[in-house]
Amino acid sequence: MYGKGILKGLSVTFMRFWNTYWQDAIWAWRRLTTGKKHYGSAEGIAHRSSKNARGIFTVQYPEEKLPVPEEFRYIPFLVFDEGAEGAKEIRCTSCGICAKVCPPQCIWIVRGTDPATGRPRPQPGDFFIDADICMNCGFCSEYCPFDAIKMDHDYEIASYTRNLYDMEKLLKPASYYEGIRPANAAREDEARRAKEAAKAAKAEAAAA
Amino acid sequence: MENNELNLPGYEIPEDVKNVVAVTTLDRLLNPVYNWGRRSSVWPLMFGLACCAIEMIAAQASRYDLARFGMEVMRPTPRQADLMIVSGTVTKKMVPAIVRLYNQMPEPKYVMAMGACASSGGPFKEGYNVVAGIDKFLPVDVYVPGCPPTPQALMNGLIMLQKKIDKEKISQVRWYRKGHDSVEIPVPILGPDLIDPRRIPDIKAAAAQPVTTPAQAGG
Amino acid sequence: MTAPASSLTIDLAARFPGAVSADVRPGYGGFIVPAEKLIEVATAIRDEFGYDLLSAVTGVDYIADNKMEVVYHAFKTTGGPAFVFKVQVPRENPVLPSVVNIWRGAEFQEREAWDLLGIKFEGHPDLRRILMWEGFEGHPLRKDWKEPFFEEEVKPFKSRWPDGKHTFAEVKNPFRDNLQFPADFDPEKVTFTDPEEALYKSLKKYHSETRDGIETDHILVNMGPQHPSTHGVFRAVVMLDGETVVSLKPVMGYLHRNHDKIGERNTFLQNMPYTDRLDYFCSMTNNFGYALAVEKLMNIQVPERADYIRVIMSELTRIQNHLIFLGMFLNDLGAMYTPALYAFEERELILDIFEEVAGARMMCNYFRFGGVARDMGEDALRKARELVFDRLPGKVDEMDRLLTENEVLVSRVKGIGYLSAEDAIRTSMTGPMLRASGVPYDIRRADPYSIYDRFDFNVACRPEGDLLARYMVRIDEMRESLKILGQALKQIPAGPIFPGKPQYQVKVPAGESYGRVESPKGELAYYVVSNGKPNPYRYHVRPSSFVNLTSLEQMCIGEKIADFVAILGGIDIVLGELDR
Repeated sequence: MYGKGILKGLSVTFMRFWNTYWQDAIWAWRRLTTGKKHYGSAEGIAHRSSKNARGIFTVQYPEEKLPVPEEFRYIPFLVFDEGAEGAKEIRCTSCGICAKVCPPQCIWIVRGTDPATGRPRPQPGDFFIDADICMNCGFCSEYCPFDAIKMDHDYEIASYTRNLYDMEKLLKPASYYEGIRPANAAREDEARRAKEAAKAAKAEAAAA
Repeated sequence: MENNELNLPGYEIPEDVKNVVAVTTLDRLLNPVYNWGRRSSVWPLMFGLACCAIEMIAAQASRYDLARFGMEVMRPTPRQADLMIVSGTVTKKMVPAIVRLYNQMPEPKYVMAMGACASSGGPFKEGYNVVAGIDKFLPVDVYVPGCPPTPQALMNGLIMLQKKIDKEKISQVRWYRKGHDSVEIPVPILGPDLIDPRRIPDIKAAAAQPVTTPAQAGG
Repeated sequence: MTAPASSLTIDLAARFPGAVSADVRPGYGGFIVPAEKLIEVATAIRDEFGYDLLSAVTGVDYIADNKMEVVYHAFKTTGGPAFVFKVQVPRENPVLPSVVNIWRGAEFQEREAWDLLGIKFEGHPDLRRILMWEGFEGHPLRKDWKEPFFEEEVKPFKSRWPDGKHTFAEVKNPFRDNLQFPADFDPEKVTFTDPEEALYKSLKKYHSETRDGIETDHILVNMGPQHPSTHGVFRAVVMLDGETVVSLKPVMGYLHRNHDKIGERNTFLQNMPYTDRLDYFCSMTNNFGYALAVEKLMNIQVPERADYIRVIMSELTRIQNHLIFLGMFLNDLGAMYTPALYAFEERELILDIFEEVAGARMMCNYFRFGGVARDMGEDALRKARELVFDRLPGKVDEMDRLLTENEVLVSRVKGIGYLSAEDAIRTSMTGPMLRASGVPYDIRRADPYSIYDRFDFNVACRPEGDLLARYMVRIDEMRESLKILGQALKQIPAGPIFPGKPQYQVKVPAGESYGRVESPKGELAYYVVSNGKPNPYRYHVRPSSFVNLTSLEQMCIGEKIADFVAILGGIDIVLGELDR
């Protein structure tokens, strides 16, 4: 019969249409019985990004935000450990591996000098990332041996000017890093502690 | 003049003149309505250049749904568009077309540099056929970093643009001022390399000098 | 599995004694053919030895030897590895005969070699620049040609560390931009040749004729580079007789981002994220091809689990690519938005997996030489299983149900854009385009790479050769991909995903290699030449959409202008890969 295919296709769109309201009804019931909300709640967003997503698929940014996974990467940042009295102990030793591995070469590092002696010291004097060249590939953080440069999760960085990030803007505390990447941070801390323990054991053995 | 200042809305009137210009009550009443109307129906040009365009389409699609911002009407013709989202690498071969499209857009018009490439050339900046940022040719209102910016990052940029529109004043915006009306940007020419007609004196001056570019010195 | 006939079993040198010699440079293979014998030898390779599909034509500038080399990779559509032969010509006057009359698929790639390397192909029907514009100064891929923002021969640049005070590249250039001009160039005195002139000349001539007392004329229509149906910044110039296409020329290069030149400055590893941006829908398969090419040179084995993850990722990529294809193709046909929006929903769910595993939705940068960047966690595997077993099969059926039998759609696509099997092979079509013409050629089967030989799947193939067949092949292929995914997700073993410690400087022995994968759009291949240094000497991408366009004119002639949009949509081009 001519038109059967058209009707068949229309049934698909009709089911989608129906599902939208059916889902709303289901969630209204759920809200009454369990208090779970479809919109503006974590489980609602999780449901809309699961295999069971039916009906409305939209995550209403900026009111709701799609959670980003731990490995998500955007522009890099530099990690510092919070020392005593708010001192920033920058993990970066300005070894330059990130600048060497960076595919579009958007990292500039000035090696630091000790203000007292004027000799070079293992800390960056300045650090620039041209966020308008960065391709978010994540090589810098992947190959950094000191866990000093990491990929940020913050994507809400649109601006009215060009984006050249200097050290001031790039530095973020280790607690922030642990917040956005808990599993990675824990693994790295573990590895660092094991390394230090091995070093201490070696030193002890040498002393004995 | 800082880039920063240039991009701030309502720059056109210098500080000392500002007191002279009378801001009427009518103006104050009209501005919010006028801005609200425009910010809620920014129609982007259906215009994709590269990878970022796919994220732009994704932002249009069901999950992110730009219709919530009144931006779902993507116009394939520049005559009906308010916003040009430069979504991707601008190449030298393409830039005459882009400038032409921009000239054809009616004012008020905005330009958004989406992603690293449109902002400054991005990872392809060193390439011989790549323009180092669309801001070399068009006035950019919002820069969205990222390669590519996720749809949510793009929407963040669009919200920034809405904020910018909110600050505009009818008495100060450039498209209602005398003599400022529709200044066309000269379309670049494809010669041995890209020639911007505004830069011809520079090119002539450089040609008069002996070998200057590192490339010529090296090759 | 087909028994791959090694290219060495055919002794071309014995067939053409005295003229053809084997390439004996360490790490190289194949045969060197003298330029004057090329046509004779190439004809023999196609007709006597059966290598009917010419995959790649690559120019290489060996500046130290003062030679230009053109490398040809030919394949049999029945399967097996490549047959490689090369022609060397002097650098000052690089001229060799064109093989367009033997394999029409060489047309665009020869034009590309002329554009970027200045190699002249005698007998080529339309040797114009293809990626740059007519009138551009120099041939940029030559080793002694430097771009305006040239800093150093190879990366990493010394200006970045240790005294990397940031400067914008523009500041160092005399024109404050990415520009350079020939010495004493005066823009006001020079009269420019219109870059379009040669293009319009290459079309069939205008002529007016009188028919029934009415004077008719042909119309020239430019579609693109800004046109909603061209999938990006593609442009086609069409000569119309009424509404019927008389002649058509594709114009590309509006997104030419200089992958090859940048790739030769990059280190081997640095090229990986750049490959993401070739076919920006399918970064995983792009990574795959490049990783294969370099791994072949390095001669390393990939751990079992990494291989499975690679297959899972590339099949998921294929599904989301084909979903988008369906959405966009139907959009082109007038089924505005609905199919595309449905497709984007499923794509988002697949991208969620990519984001969780690789860290980015589109630009995954996930493969490394010898493995993958990070393990696929339990959670991601669970998500993939849920999608593959519970959701996607139903959704593919839904897409199928939505429009496949729609009478309006069928009458719009059936019999349109016909391409016969012989023509498809001759114009080097690959991927779904070739399979829709009835040639069951799928690299995953014909020349299996990675662990594809372990899976049970059918090569989706339709004999009709029209638009409907191309549409159906994609739907079939999604189902086959789901089959592969089902097996891979069940079999995936535990174990390491990378051998040894990740290194940012890999040692790649000198030599050449050709890594190819069946990307969702066709054969995507990388020709990589290493000279033992940290950077590739030559890095060339053989893009599937670029070569697939060769037959566009042939498919469109005689059809209506509205069908051109559909035919172009049916090829599934992506500009990032087309123009590179």
